Amino acid sequence: METFIQQVVSGLATGGIYGSVALALVMIYQATDVVNFAQGEMAMFSTYLAWTLLQAGLPYWAAFFLTVAISFAGGLLIERVIVRPVEQAPVLTIVIVCIGLLVILNSVAGWIYSYIQKPFPSPFPQTPIHAGAIVFGAHDIGVIAVTLVVLAFLYVFFRYTTLGLAMRAAAQNPISSRLVGIRVGWMLALGWALAAAIGAVAGMMVAPIVFLDPTMMSGILIYAFASATLGGFTSPGGAVLGGLLVGVTENLVGTYVPFIGTELKLTVALAMILVVLVVKPSGLFGRVVVRRV
Amino acid sequence: MTRRLVTLALILGLGLALVAPVSAQETPGVTKTEIKIGNTNPYSGPASAYGTIGKAIAAYLKKVNDEGGINGRKVDFISYDDGYSPPKTVEMVRRLVEQDEVAFVFQTLGTPTNSAIHKYLNGKKVPHLFVATGATKWGNPKSFPWTMGWQPTYQTEGKIYAAYVLKNVKNAKIGILYQNDDYGKDYVKGFEDGLGAAGRKLVVSRQSYEVTDPTVDSQIVNLKNSGANVFFNVTIPKFAVQAIKKAHDIGWKPLHLLNNVSASVDVVLKPAGIEASKDLITALYLKDPTDPQWKNDQGMKDWLAFMQKYYPEGNTKDAFNVYAYTVGQGLVHVLKQCGNDLSRANVMKQAASIKDLSLPLLLPGIKVNTSPTDFYPIEQEQLAKFDGERWVLFGEIYDARR
Repeated sequence: METFIQQVVSGLATGGIYGSVALALVMIYQATDVVNFAQGEMAMFSTYLAWTLLQAGLPYWAAFFLTVAISFAGGLLIERVIVRPVEQAPVLTIVIVCIGLLVILNSVAGWIYSYIQKPFPSPFPQTPIHAGAIVFGAHDIGVIAVTLVVLAFLYVFFRYTTLGLAMRAAAQNPISSRLVGIRVGWMLALGWALAAAIGAVAGMMVAPIVFLDPTMMSGILIYAFASATLGGFTSPGGAVLGGLLVGVTENLVGTYVPFIGTELKLTVALAMILVVLVVKPSGLFGRVVVRRV
Repeated sequence: MTRRLVTLALILGLGLALVAPVSAQETPGVTKTEIKIGNTNPYSGPASAYGTIGKAIAAYLKKVNDEGGINGRKVDFISYDDGYSPPKTVEMVRRLVEQDEVAFVFQTLGTPTNSAIHKYLNGKKVPHLFVATGATKWGNPKSFPWTMGWQPTYQTEGKIYAAYVLKNVKNAKIGILYQNDDYGKDYVKGFEDGLGAAGRKLVVSRQSYEVTDPTVDSQIVNLKNSGANVFFNVTIPKFAVQAIKKAHDIGWKPLHLLNNVSASVDVVLKPAGIEASKDLITALYLKDPTDPQWKNDQGMKDWLAFMQKYYPEGNTKDAFNVYAYTVGQGLVHVLKQCGNDLSRANVMKQAASIKDLSLPLLLPGIKVNTSPTDFYPIEQEQLAKFDGERWVLFGEIYDARR
């Protein structure tokens, strides 16, 4: 029983990480209808930025918000300079551009900061929390809390602000949106900017656990995709819940299903993607997208 | 760029040389004044932290050349970047052998990369000398007489930990965390072989991870709950840091054996936290450049002087540079022994007849030994415990040959 609870707790903690990255993926998908494969590397790069600011002597929260702001601007810039020219191109072209961006960001980070991992501070207390025989870090709870705060912010933004509504409209029906006076191009750029900012938050939450190095996101991104697919690519709340589900399932299956064990944990995530796509392509909480062909 | 120019000049020079009559006996890459040796290293890509090894070897061989070379010959060391990618290694090694016409290949780095050129070089009968990987498969003279390892193998090291546990821990219950590939399994095999049939029952939990896993948290939780009081940690630096920290965070305090692969104080122990890293045990065979006990050691002083003069941009805290310098000395020893016969067969013959060679940066008492049936040059290691600041050596030197 103790193992079970400890594995669930530990699964929720890693699930919180998956969820926060999945949130950024969903964000960009909602705003631009693009699945951004470079999301993980953008978040990693933002985290290095935060690390540089911390090294320069800034207090944690100053570095945190400054990083979010710079990442926001960076996301905007990437959309304007790199994605814009291929906006009208087929999906495959955009995917290739994203993968190119992934490779470039990874190499540049390695070139500037080297491939040796660095410790990254957590804003939460260092001492582990004991609840009976169960032990977990304050950071684990912090990650989930921060993810929920971001989620709430997004919910309010998309649901109750004109800008949020305009962004949703621009993604779903660009032509009609343009006709009613929405500046579709800027809405897309804003989507990238927001996703970059959310990614930065996710990166800064992930780094204290997995340590900072240029490849820190590569493993997580696959799980984030599983989370976003499971929860539904159109549902931010679903993505976070999907993340927690993936984290817990992964741990429990790895521990209690002998033929899977820890060796096939990744396969579990990939199988989840497959099953969801076959059985319920819109995910658990996603809206069914109907397109006229 | 300059390297490319030099290569170009060499190829041109070789073209001219070919015009002159060449005796059939001559080994490619060997002239009266020069011997050409090829190498690949990851100067770019995810494994580029190892790239300093190639750079430091080149710097060491420059020093050797400046001091007159070996038996009157200078070493032309041609090292290409393979980015730790096996297909690239194949391309670069073929270029070394077929275009640059090197006499032999030396210290190519990485297990997957060397696996990719293993058959090719043996097929071509080109020496594949002192490869920079700890896999056990490099010491197989029967099937691969042209390939030889260098450092203690992962199995050797695993056996050393097993001997320590059997001797020192009563009621040992062992938990193992390993990377699910050749490297991890090699360590586990050596460890379990060392425990023997009876000792193998002491292993209460084996947990593996994939390089693609984001964390090893779940595995550490399982190991703790298995009741293990000995933790054999076979992980690369990225996961070693996580494992050490997580074990500490969930209050698990076993006897923690950390593989040499991740024994770097700067890269692993400090990031994981000094408190969490204290009392870790590992096995070493080289002098640690950050260890103050070698401050007045002549070998270490010479190495520092070499670093300052020939490789000033290199990191003098990085043990990889000690490794490179030492293996460079091993190479020079073999070439000296070859005398004037630098044929490929003689290079392998001399490499396979090293007797009790001491090198200045090997731990005192550790010697290089090979024979026609023993292609494992270094097979001794000593255990060390981390005291919060540095590795403190203790106990005797273990010899895997015995």
